[in-house]
Amino acid sequence: MADTMQFDLVSPERSLASLKVSAVQIPGADGDMTAMPDHAPTITTLRPGILKIDGPEGTAEYVVTGGFAEITGGAMSVLAEKAIPVAEMTRDQHEALVADARAAHDAAKEASEHPGLVDDAAKLLADMEAMGTHMSL
Amino acid sequence: MPSLKDLKNRIESVKSTRKITKAMQMVAAAKLRRAQEAAEESRPYAERFNAVMAGLAASVGDSDSAPKLLSGTGSDQVHLLVVMTAERGLCGGFNSNIAKLARTHADQLKAQGKTVKILTVGKKGRDAIKRDYADTFVGHVDLSEFKNVSYANAQDIAKGILARFDAAEFDVATIFYAKFVNVVSQIPTAQQIIPAAFEEVEGSEASTLYDYEPGEEEILADLLPKGVATAIFSALLENGASEQGARMSAMDNATRNAGEMIDKLTIEFNRSRQAVITNELIEIISGAEAL
Repeated sequence: MADTMQFDLVSPERSLASLKVSAVQIPGADGDMTAMPDHAPTITTLRPGILKIDGPEGTAEYVVTGGFAEITGGAMSVLAEKAIPVAEMTRDQHEALVADARAAHDAAKEASEHPGLVDDAAKLLADMEAMGTHMSL
Repeated sequence: MPSLKDLKNRIESVKSTRKITKAMQMVAAAKLRRAQEAAEESRPYAERFNAVMAGLAASVGDSDSAPKLLSGTGSDQVHLLVVMTAERGLCGGFNSNIAKLARTHADQLKAQGKTVKILTVGKKGRDAIKRDYADTFVGHVDLSEFKNVSYANAQDIAKGILARFDAAEFDVATIFYAKFVNVVSQIPTAQQIIPAAFEEVEGSEASTLYDYEPGEEEILADLLPKGVATAIFSALLENGASEQGARMSAMDNATRNAGEMIDKLTIEFNRSRQAVITNELIEIISGAEAL
């Protein structure tokens, strides 16, 4: 069994990371999950949260705001809409994200034809806020 | 016959024009490099995205419950043409080529009895299209205040288009932009984004069986709107690189033409100066002979 796999983190604007890792913890839509080499091929969507990379070169953490992950046995790619290294994340940036989510939530409430949409927006908002507590901002 | 002073003024003015076009060419070259880098950096995302989407679309596509963004509304009566051009001119045939392609497309659709609606991105396209298609013009996105397009711009445009789609304003959406091949060649391209069309992925990768979390259809419903944004974002970046490439070669030509014109004017200037000198000499000599 291989002890590392190829990991790529890409956003629409650029590729953020491409390295060998031994484990990656991602905030999946149905709950956090950790992928290690030889994981079953999986595609999952992400909710806003923190992505942790464990590799021979140490650990790294990124804030992702949604997107999806594609896991195959020997490789994993995360396509995030927005990804920021945790160390570079500031309180202001987080507040901006929360404000965006709140605005989306309010907009959904106003046009509340679809209860599902309101719930989705509420969940997004809650995820964003939870992310802040995780990072103790 | 222009006077010596006129010629001198013209040479000076062409010289300063040449300076301006030369400077614009160099600025375009620097911007082109940046635009190309941006386009290259976005490529891995778009490629992977499309690969995953193609796989998903192939497995869900035929079922009745497939999202409308993928399967279409069941009709193709109303077409939305999203014409993406530059905010600025002086870039050769770049803007007019895109507008021309959109126009032929619109005319074809009209000839088939379809309804055409046009949304423009970029001021130059609006100017070119609005004149002939004022009645079909539904909106314009202004990007002139953004120096570099970001994914957020693409998301905004996509949001606008999706809102129109949800309001059943159109059935099929096509974007028009110029694909960047190299500095001298940019190909105006039409790409259908709604309903989504994905290129089939070849090779063994497509046959991998994935577990989907949550279900395939939920993922697809989540990703399709993002696919629209991704397609628009790549089109914006391609367009950005194409625009700078087109401007660079247009300004290169302009600089060369200005140089040729300066040479021609200089020869004319020298000739007429010589003519003046000869005239004066003849006058002096014939005056002396008359004495």
